[in-house]
Amino acid sequence: MAEPGLLVALPLAACLAAVFLGRRGALLVWVTGPLMLVLTWQLARAIPVVEPLGGWAPPLGIALRADGFAAAFLVMTALVAAVVGAYAATYFAADPRPRRAAAFWPLFYAVWTAVNLILLGRDLFNLYVGLELLTLAGVAMVALDGRAATLAAALRYLLFALFGSVTFLIGAALLYGRYATLDMELLAVALAPDTATVAAAALISVGLLAKAAIFPFHAWLPPAHAGAPAPASALLSALVVKASVLILFRLWFDVLPPLAGALLNALMGGLGAMAVLYGSVQAIRQDRLKPIVAYSTVAQLGYLLLAFPLAGAALGAQPWSAGAWTGAVFHALSHGLAKAAMFLAAGTIMLAAGTDRLDRLGGVAKAVPVASFAFVIAAVSLMGLPPSGGFLAKYLLLTYAFAAQQAGWAAVMVVGGLLAAVYLARPVNALMRAAPAEGARFARVPAVLQLAPLLLALAAMLLGILSFEPYRLIQVNNPAAAHEGLQ
Amino acid sequence: MIASAAFDILLCLLIVTVAVGSVAARDLFGAVALYIVYGLLLAIGWVRLGAVDVGLAEGAIGAGLTGVLLLGAAARLKAAPDPPRLRIVPLLLCLAVSLGLGAAVLSLSVPQPGLVPLVQENLAASGVGNPVTAVLLNFRGWDTLVESVVLVVALVGVWALAPDDLWDGRPGAAQRVKRDAVLNTFGRLLPPVGLMVGIYIVWIGAYAPGGAFQAGTVLAAVWLLAIMAGVAEPPPVRRPLWRALLVLGPAVFLLAGLHGTLWGAFMSFAPAKAKTMIMAIEFTLTLSIAVTLAMLVLGRPRRPA
Repeated sequence: MAEPGLLVALPLAACLAAVFLGRRGALLVWVTGPLMLVLTWQLARAIPVVEPLGGWAPPLGIALRADGFAAAFLVMTALVAAVVGAYAATYFAADPRPRRAAAFWPLFYAVWTAVNLILLGRDLFNLYVGLELLTLAGVAMVALDGRAATLAAALRYLLFALFGSVTFLIGAALLYGRYATLDMELLAVALAPDTATVAAAALISVGLLAKAAIFPFHAWLPPAHAGAPAPASALLSALVVKASVLILFRLWFDVLPPLAGALLNALMGGLGAMAVLYGSVQAIRQDRLKPIVAYSTVAQLGYLLLAFPLAGAALGAQPWSAGAWTGAVFHALSHGLAKAAMFLAAGTIMLAAGTDRLDRLGGVAKAVPVASFAFVIAAVSLMGLPPSGGFLAKYLLLTYAFAAQQAGWAAVMVVGGLLAAVYLARPVNALMRAAPAEGARFARVPAVLQLAPLLLALAAMLLGILSFEPYRLIQVNNPAAAHEGLQ
Repeated sequence: MIASAAFDILLCLLIVTVAVGSVAARDLFGAVALYIVYGLLLAIGWVRLGAVDVGLAEGAIGAGLTGVLLLGAAARLKAAPDPPRLRIVPLLLCLAVSLGLGAAVLSLSVPQPGLVPLVQENLAASGVGNPVTAVLLNFRGWDTLVESVVLVVALVGVWALAPDDLWDGRPGAAQRVKRDAVLNTFGRLLPPVGLMVGIYIVWIGAYAPGGAFQAGTVLAAVWLLAIMAGVAEPPPVRRPLWRALLVLGPAVFLLAGLHGTLWGAFMSFAPAKAKTMIMAIEFTLTLSIAVTLAMLVLGRPRRPA
């Protein structure tokens, strides 16, 4: 029972059921959560697996393919979604407005379906359909609160994302016109560096960068992710934006290495570096908890793009092959866990304190000690301190940068890490202040809302401590370009 | 030969002119009207290219449904947006992108058979005679299933924009129509005809151009007409029957796909049963698409149930 099809069929069925059930859709998560964890775990033990849907092999049909890269993210997604689902069931149960809960559950399963589809799919049009499902559900989640500010943020997100959809679709159409297939594996075999292919690669990449909020397309992300309800923010930051980056990785490392070169590496690395620096500086300038966490996502996504210039650098000078690529994958995994934990913790803190203004958070660590502790643990992983998954990721990327004598990229990572310590120290400091702000009163919150973020934060930590298994998993069927680099 | 070439050139010129007119139109309503004309011309263009299915979809969804949605949006915008101004930098950027795209398209060697031979080869095993339906429901049914869910999710997103106290209420404004007035009469006369057309389009989709998305649009239009004419009332969102209708088509499709895992692969149909299953999916999908599209046009709930 390790069929990739089930991993998309199950959340899809839950999505349809949730539309029917409305607010009672919350109950489904107690079945889907554990079931998806078991199914993804089984798949991770069975990879590599290929399943041609409908029995039709590409290029006529669509195949789902599970390699180590997909399996690692599928397990991470299942863990994040199951915990966020349990959190949301409690979070919305206390909500006096049934509208938000009724709308949340179909959107929640739509996101889960789309992320799994994107991880398993290799067909460009099928990926486009997955991106559409992801985008529409994501935008609707941002608008859930219904305040004027969140509606504006949702609309801005929609415009950026639709721009990305259009360019992605035109690029896919060009590739189909040129190669008569949309399957990535078949495209990789036939690929020739001609005008149409270069134009398509540029269009698809720009579209994915816009959807992933990579600098200079980042402007939509902070208000959107900060304005959504806490469980939605967690999904958006941990999974939704990352899905676009993962397609970008697949595209360039699996299909397009013949088009890659120094220019692409410098461009992608440059955008990543700008995202790290800009996002971190903006995060320092915020004085509310959720915007800090949201700007941190802008910065953390930047690290992923550093894999472009660093992959394959210093070939043979390192004991691990594909280290920089693996480092980026580890970074995405640990960021997914830590960022989801952080947004859930922020949501619990906001419920308790009634605000997320840093100067009003004094004494909150006494009111919600476990959630505050979870926030700190997640911060340790985001800063890249040992023994977290974030540390391992940065360690792999940094050693590659130094071995290849690419001091520039190393400097970006070191400065980014220091800036992360600054922007995360402010909220941690605010949480730990013993004296409550004047007139502050703390509400009691259910235990689940404190334990859920702790579970994810500890998972981010365990990713660093028990890194051997995930490391081995990621290497199954990894792309050749991960070893040789995009030269 | 010359006549058809002249027609095509004229059509292309018209499409470009109407597109520019729509972008440059001074008022919103004019822009939308030209956009609808643009969609209809585009539909003729697809027919000229021999892609009748795409033409049908473009006419029904691109021009018709999108046009209605845009008209509704334009009517609700109180303040008119600033009239378009000519900006040099974006203009140059657009020109560069257009030229690049043009060069890329021209660099493709035409005509390419694409996957047509492969589709023809496997058509017999697909259960239907129309190659487009074979691709949409069988070879790439997974795409179509997810797309139909995208529509439902979009509707949930629209509902979520309702005020908290009305979120499960009735969408659309109350219609006050005089009995025996023109609209009311049309509202009684046209639906039976439209219903027949819709059922025909989905049935014929198995052999010739047609199918669930086009038929769903026709049925949605019929229902909307009946609502606008005051013959029918839009149902409240809280009523389970209507929410069940929304998900019926995708659910039947998904169950059929899961049934496939029992004997072959996920989303597969046994050739002997394929025709029956595809028609069952098409009909339920048509119903769900019709309800979803109509409710998208009706918008968020704004009246108590």
